[in-house]
Amino acid sequence: MGSNMAEAHPVGFQWVVEAKRRGAKIFHIDPRFTRTSALAHEYVPLRAGSDIAFLGGVVNYILSNDLAFRDYVVPYTNASFLIDDNYLDTEDLDGLFSGYDAETASYDPASWRYEGAPAMPEAGDRPPAEAKQHATGDQHGSGGAKLEGVSMNPPADPTLEHPRSVYQILKRHFARYTPEMVEDVCGTPKEQFLEVCKAWTANSGRERTAAVVYAVGWTQHTVGVQYIRTAAIIQLLLGNMGRPGGGIMAMRGHASIQGSTDIPTLFNLLPGYLPMPSPHEGRILEDYVSSVRGDKQKGFWRNADTYIVSLLKEYWGDAATPDNQFCFDYLPRITGDHGTYRTAMDMVDGNVFGYFLLGQNPGVGSAHGRLQRLGMANLDWMVVRDLAMIESATFWKDSPEIETGEIVPEECRTEVFFFPAASHVEKEGTFTQTQRMLQWREKAVEPKGDQRSDLWFFYHLGRRLKERLAASTRDRDRPLVDLWWDYDVHGDEPSADHVLRRISGQDIATGRQLSGYMELKADGSTLSGCWIYSGVYADGVNQANRKKPHDEQDDYALEWGWVWPYNRRILYNRASADPAGKPWSERKKCVWWDEEKGEWTGLDVPDFEKTKPPTYVPPDDAVGVEALRGDDPFIMQADGKGWLFVPSGLVDGPLPAHYEAHESPVRNPIYGQQGNPTRKVYARFDNPSNPSPPEPHTEVFPFIFTTSRLTEHHTAGGMSRWLPYLSELQPEMFVEVSPELAREQGLEHLGWATIVTSRAAIEARVMVTDRMKPLRLRERTVHQVWLPYHWGSVGLVTGDPANDLFGVSLDPNVLIQESKVATCDVQPGRRPRGKQLLEFVEGYRRRAGITVETGSHITTVGPRADNAHIENAHDGATDGEGRQ
Amino acid sequence: MKKTTAITRNSLSGPLDDVAADAGHLEHPPRVGFFTDTSVCIGCKACEVACKEWNLVPETGFDLLGMSFDNTGELGANSWRHVAFIEQQAPSRAPEQAKATVDLPMPSFDLPGAGSGAESRTDFRWLMSSDVCKHCTHAGCLDVCPTGALFRTEFGTVVVQQDICNGCGYCVSGCPYGVIERREGDGRAHKCTLCYDRLKGGSQPACAQACPTQSIQFGPLDELRQRAAARVDELHAGGVTEARLYGEDPNDGVGGDGAFFLLLDEPEVYGLPPDPVVPTRDLPRMWGFAGAAAGAMLTAVVAVFAGSRRP
Repeated sequence: MGSNMAEAHPVGFQWVVEAKRRGAKIFHIDPRFTRTSALAHEYVPLRAGSDIAFLGGVVNYILSNDLAFRDYVVPYTNASFLIDDNYLDTEDLDGLFSGYDAETASYDPASWRYEGAPAMPEAGDRPPAEAKQHATGDQHGSGGAKLEGVSMNPPADPTLEHPRSVYQILKRHFARYTPEMVEDVCGTPKEQFLEVCKAWTANSGRERTAAVVYAVGWTQHTVGVQYIRTAAIIQLLLGNMGRPGGGIMAMRGHASIQGSTDIPTLFNLLPGYLPMPSPHEGRILEDYVSSVRGDKQKGFWRNADTYIVSLLKEYWGDAATPDNQFCFDYLPRITGDHGTYRTAMDMVDGNVFGYFLLGQNPGVGSAHGRLQRLGMANLDWMVVRDLAMIESATFWKDSPEIETGEIVPEECRTEVFFFPAASHVEKEGTFTQTQRMLQWREKAVEPKGDQRSDLWFFYHLGRRLKERLAASTRDRDRPLVDLWWDYDVHGDEPSADHVLRRISGQDIATGRQLSGYMELKADGSTLSGCWIYSGVYADGVNQANRKKPHDEQDDYALEWGWVWPYNRRILYNRASADPAGKPWSERKKCVWWDEEKGEWTGLDVPDFEKTKPPTYVPPDDAVGVEALRGDDPFIMQADGKGWLFVPSGLVDGPLPAHYEAHESPVRNPIYGQQGNPTRKVYARFDNPSNPSPPEPHTEVFPFIFTTSRLTEHHTAGGMSRWLPYLSELQPEMFVEVSPELAREQGLEHLGWATIVTSRAAIEARVMVTDRMKPLRLRERTVHQVWLPYHWGSVGLVTGDPANDLFGVSLDPNVLIQESKVATCDVQPGRRPRGKQLLEFVEGYRRRAGITVETGSHITTVGPRADNAHIENAHDGATDGEGRQ
Repeated sequence: MKKTTAITRNSLSGPLDDVAADAGHLEHPPRVGFFTDTSVCIGCKACEVACKEWNLVPETGFDLLGMSFDNTGELGANSWRHVAFIEQQAPSRAPEQAKATVDLPMPSFDLPGAGSGAESRTDFRWLMSSDVCKHCTHAGCLDVCPTGALFRTEFGTVVVQQDICNGCGYCVSGCPYGVIERREGDGRAHKCTLCYDRLKGGSQPACAQACPTQSIQFGPLDELRQRAAARVDELHAGGVTEARLYGEDPNDGVGGDGAFFLLLDEPEVYGLPPDPVVPTRDLPRMWGFAGAAAGAMLTAVVAVFAGSRRP
């Protein structure tokens, strides 16, 4: 669901085919029939953007038919915990939760807490409205959010009958997600929906498990995080977490995207999901640590001090001492939203000087391509490192804005420096895939000409900057001057192996490679570049380079590559055994307690303290790891439990609720609140929104469109549109439409169509196919069209970029754009050229009555329903001199 | 290595136990081939790309064909693997698996899918199949080649030697599958070699190596046939009663294919001929006719002269 795995991840899909061969039943739930659907037993259609309604329907099916795996749910999840009596649900507030502030379009989560827990935030924590700017949601990538006062379990009702228990709240919250409602919201026939429910519940429990696979079809929404949360609720209720064959699998967008969040390329994260400090924590390391974890909480995040200190020691070596807070002050502080989209707008506004672009083609691949290109055209300098001269390197001479006169090559001020990059076969290093597995690759061939690895680029950039600043006495240069930059270099190529050793971690005094993060210390005696990766070089061996064939080991293949943390293949696998430590069933055994030896053992590496018995009950004053009970499997969570209800850490509500997409032709059938009440909308003249109900003129953009990939191309095309053998397989931009829509709009197979939004109009060849189906929602028919997004203005094959159609509206938890659903018009024929194109789109805006405020009326219930929340739209835009 | 006594007479049709020996390879490895199980093909076209990369086959131009996701079109001199995509109505299943009965609408003259919404649609499916040279037991292309450019390898496969080919094109009309073709601008015939060079080096063909779902399986033909029969049984047991093999029967018109398929519909649906026949099958009969005709002619001529002597 939300994944076209056969097309976007064909190599991973071999295991789905293998599972099918062994008797697994495969469902594909998607807006369109794809190559994945072709291989599934059952294809289940749904309207793009309605997944929470569908999944919420599954939750309701489980709860109203009493199908939860109770023996698992009561001890392992927070189902029995009681919630504060100030908590109000969407049931009470017509689509809002308690704590909502229409002024800032954000929540104060105080009333979502467990009964008796102290109110958060406390001093040193960030105010709720700011959480949205920092995308605090994805700062919890390797464990739950901070909670205070839960080192002892909060008040609970193990019978699950208490009206304020999480279980009962869940039951009430999802009661209206009936099969009939699912049919009305999603357009999925009721019988098909029930078939999914029956198969999912029948294949869960002691003897069986079921897995969910998703990809960016779930993440790229203004409610993306809550899509995944809904799946998490189902999998916890059915006992499918921490068990073989269970789980929720995120198919990543690119090789090592998992790695690029673990060791992040994100503005708000440090390695290992440590949040980037903000000015609120001041200059004191201890204050930062207490903003990351609670003092009275359980689990391994309680040891966050050892993780950050070891990281600082890796960065600054001997310069980092207890006396100078281990150079904590050297870390930058984030003062607001510096996400990629906000930065693009700041570029347009003239607030950004320079830009590094590495392996990314935002002129084609990011939402609102025109905004991206106009931003890039307004810099002093830009560095592009890529395999080919992609659109984002040549926008100043051949972007669509040249034709419209918006960019004039002679006047474009941006100086572009292009660095040819070495490809993955031309350099050594690791990939981290979706299972958190690091796999080492050798260099197969030498890079040609000036092509160099990214490691080479950054190493030498750092070296040169350090050389330039060597004599500096300015405080602001200390972080660079003191930076420990002594990686081994062979020829002029830095050693990736040495970098991996430093990531894995060492005992500084002896130089011994550490076995894992439990060895890290907060006193500055250890270093580790990323605490969750600690142990990848255990015993002085590159564990990621282990390649023992699968036929020489068992199904877990523990000697192939290395999986963080501690080579544990299934996270939270303590949950694969019952509270007493015995496997739930022989068929689904994974790890278990060996009474004789007094330790956890099994097929996988146990994700639990090895010698802590299942019966262990901590003393009352225990905190952190010691406070984890013998039956608390979720060891990174502040309370050791799987969270059905999220008392802290999410910006947009403790439970998922169906909200319509930012642009939808449909009024929310479930609540008065139309869209995510905390979504980020940047209301600017250059980022217009198509109107959605209850706004008028939605008929101007009557159709829903969604985008995705083809097997034959790779994302924004940088790795495929320059290769003839791939380009010939999908040579042209096209749009898939149903025969019904083709007839309605006069579209001809292989003819041209123009697709229009309030941002852009693009053209594409028409593909009429039965794979696209109109959906019936109550009395109305909704048409969806689909576009691949691989093409741009250069390469062997060219075409209009589909992402130009999207505007920028973001999920508030993680600042991911909604680029999997929006509204559009589709007309036969090619688009206008030159200035006429701008007039054409302007005509649509006029007819739809679009102003800067359209789409910014976020709150659609309550007394402030007409309040337009405008997201810091003009920060810095007024002051041309005041650059950041 | 398989040792066989030399066969003195080349057979022209029907089952043939040892094709390599038939071609004069006295010592040779077992016959190898492809079993393409289309029921697990995901249409990724990795086979097409791997084939072109390894064999340096030129690209065929950037044409959107509008034939579902197929922009290759057909097998030819520049496409040695071709993935076909067929969008069609799914077959109705056995009664116990059928959906609850539905009321049939009034008969109409609309095209499929022309109703007002999803309710007008029937079950739908998307077939994908990677086609390739069949490396026939009795290869029409090889038998008609006047230069000896086409030959039977020790692996039992059929390969063109471009340095010998004179571009006459007889092979093109000799192939009952329409596989082999002359390359434009080059004039010589090109087709799948079953990666003869890789086989000699102990590797499997590039397409089979690249296939992520083992839809393309490479191996000794005897073993592949057993595997294929088991797979058909497995699918039938699972209710996929339309699964059938194509090209595995040594009694067919080409004596069985070295590359055979598991299909989910009639061969015509995939663009495959339902009953391919090697042209040489009819050769003895044609010679028979020709002989008879010549005899008759001779008799007539003799008769004429004999008659003319009559006063």
